[in-house]
Amino acid sequence: MNGSLRTVYNGSSVPMADIPAVGSSQFLQNILDTVDQGWRIVSYFGIPGPAGVSLVCLLADKGEGQLAVTRADVTADHIPSISSLCPQAQLFEREIAEQCGLIFDDHPWFKPVRFHHPFVPGRDAWNRSSDEPIRAGVMNYFQVAGDEVHEVAVGPVHAGIIEPGHFRFQCHGEEVFHLEISLGYQHRGIEAALFGGPHPRTLQVMETAAGDTTIGHSQAYCMVMETLAGIKVPPRAEVLRGIALELERLANHTGDLGAIAGDVGYLPTASFCGRIRGDFLNMTAVLCGSRFGRGLLTPGGTIFDLTTAQCEDLLKHLAEARSDLTDAVELLWSSPSVMGRLEETGALTHEQGLALGLVGPAARACGIKRDVRNDYPFGIYRMTHLPVATAFHGDVCARTMIRWQEAQKSMDFIEEQLRQIPAGGHRVTALPGKGLRLAVALTEGWRGEICHVAVTDEAGQFSRYKIVDPSFHNWPGLAMALRGQQISDFPLCNKSFNLSYCGFDL
Amino acid sequence: MIRAIVSRIKQGHRTMPYPAAPLQMPERFRGYPVAASLADSADRSPECPYGAFSAAEGGCLDMGKCLFCAECPAGNIEFTTDHRLAATKREHLLVTPGAPRQFAQALSNDLLRILGRSLKFREVSAGGCNACEADTNVLSTIGWDLGRFGIQFVASPRHADGLWVTGPVTNNMTKALLTTYDAIPEPKIVVACGACAINGGPYIDSPQVCNGADGLIPVDLYIPGCPPHPGTILDGLLRIIDKIR
Repeated sequence: MNGSLRTVYNGSSVPMADIPAVGSSQFLQNILDTVDQGWRIVSYFGIPGPAGVSLVCLLADKGEGQLAVTRADVTADHIPSISSLCPQAQLFEREIAEQCGLIFDDHPWFKPVRFHHPFVPGRDAWNRSSDEPIRAGVMNYFQVAGDEVHEVAVGPVHAGIIEPGHFRFQCHGEEVFHLEISLGYQHRGIEAALFGGPHPRTLQVMETAAGDTTIGHSQAYCMVMETLAGIKVPPRAEVLRGIALELERLANHTGDLGAIAGDVGYLPTASFCGRIRGDFLNMTAVLCGSRFGRGLLTPGGTIFDLTTAQCEDLLKHLAEARSDLTDAVELLWSSPSVMGRLEETGALTHEQGLALGLVGPAARACGIKRDVRNDYPFGIYRMTHLPVATAFHGDVCARTMIRWQEAQKSMDFIEEQLRQIPAGGHRVTALPGKGLRLAVALTEGWRGEICHVAVTDEAGQFSRYKIVDPSFHNWPGLAMALRGQQISDFPLCNKSFNLSYCGFDL
Repeated sequence: MIRAIVSRIKQGHRTMPYPAAPLQMPERFRGYPVAASLADSADRSPECPYGAFSAAEGGCLDMGKCLFCAECPAGNIEFTTDHRLAATKREHLLVTPGAPRQFAQALSNDLLRILGRSLKFREVSAGGCNACEADTNVLSTIGWDLGRFGIQFVASPRHADGLWVTGPVTNNMTKALLTTYDAIPEPKIVVACGACAINGGPYIDSPQVCNGADGLIPVDLYIPGCPPHPGTILDGLLRIIDKIR
């Protein structure tokens, strides 16, 4: 690591002045060099200023458990793209272009990400005027030409109760040559609304950035606010947050296990898991009244405490749910017709996973041992170690098995924590954040690494707040997994990733 | 195969008896507001960041805008665990102290004759955070078994009797939502599920959203909550098809 990078720690902040501003070529070289040495891009964004754009890149080195940040002030409206050399930068560069109007020269795939006007009117990378309506999904799609090659377009409205997205398949008969995914339909303008924050609405916006990951995102937001204010969360609150985060993981993993079974037409597990998922959601509702964890976390701790009676109640329900879930999931592994559909479907190699910068269960299914709870521990995970489950085949089967292994670890964790909740308060007073700092918070949501970065102005307000949902890293993984597959396997592959549209679209 | 049968016996019959027996709501669930707390909060010059509360008429809470926050930013509003929140008219979501309680009303006799025993919806997520979607989906699981009431979510708008909207209706989804609405044959109804679909929810007045479905298409059933509890959703549905009164 060279001198122009500044080390940061998860859940901490550094003065902006301590991050040396380098020239744009040095900045890009920093990213390429570190990625070459096994580092990974965690977050990469632009801060629009009066004279141009400040680029900030947060990088992670798992081997040493290090995070480092580099930045550059760019006054030109062009900068070379590094996507061809470093595929994990591909979407980040397009996002910066769309938000800040910076043009990445020779980007192989230079198109909008979310289809909205730039933060600063007039600075548009595609020279669209500010009063010109932008139509979602209208862009140049990659096309394959040739005899019997055909294109299948799906969405934004899909057949089930799911979020909208547009998928373009280039097919030869049943075989998919290429899939391009175009999102942005769920874009609600979250990051644009966070300039000058935190606002009175900010906590609820964080809770709904990806509504099935309420705890994961609000935990990251709380960590940002707590480090900026310099306050420490009581141990009791850390435990309650950890229990809620693992319940969120359990509910979603259970839902996914059921949905994967449903997509291969195995109805017993699909039916059982659909109901058991509700048991975990109801346990979260015991904590805070909401099945999705709304209103549990707040900067400084948790809004609700847990009584002894509620603890007992949770332990009882957890034991019942564990027994039901084990029974339902074990059916999958003993049904050859199920295993035949899961194995070797939608496989990604270890190398592909590394190059794309995958996170979460999708990465661990390719044998990439990557988990924020283990690598950059936060909250209760600094005190309790959760084993990281990995698999090697990178296929739908591996992604399914990882979910079950993680669900088991989460149940062990919750049970252990419920028996030893530390005494004391669950909340300290939140304070306003310090100015001119950059704060970093990483959490491990059920889909993988969630990263929030806040940059504050003199008054301690956000001059930029950047959210990276794990789906932002992983959508290209789904596209790659479809190559050479039958198009009829798309629903199954899609479910095995189960990525967020709203978390990506923000 | 034998294992699956053994599991089926072990897992048992798990469809809940509701509506024959009452729902067990979690004790911290935030449902219908306590009238006295509205009057109390009206004296504190309330400021809800979502515009859900005003001091008018002795304290007026708009359940269509309310996110049922754990710590009410508008003062001191308390909530009961009563999950019955759905309404068929937008103004019925306004709660004031002393005003009569309004529940969702049954569809007209003509509509009930056509849709009352078989009601199919096409769902469109238009900026939803996947929580309203998830708790709508959960109604089709064995625990709730929505099919026993003749209600089902279908894949094509051509097969549907109604449109089910979640999300604040983003600019990028407006066209797809309206196209789906147009594709549903008459007569049709519209359900706005969740605070976003009713009035924009946490995203009210964002330049990227339309503040819900209400201004775009005629809404027949409003289901408040962020997200609504499945019990709240089912209560509204059973009331419009006249299965509970």
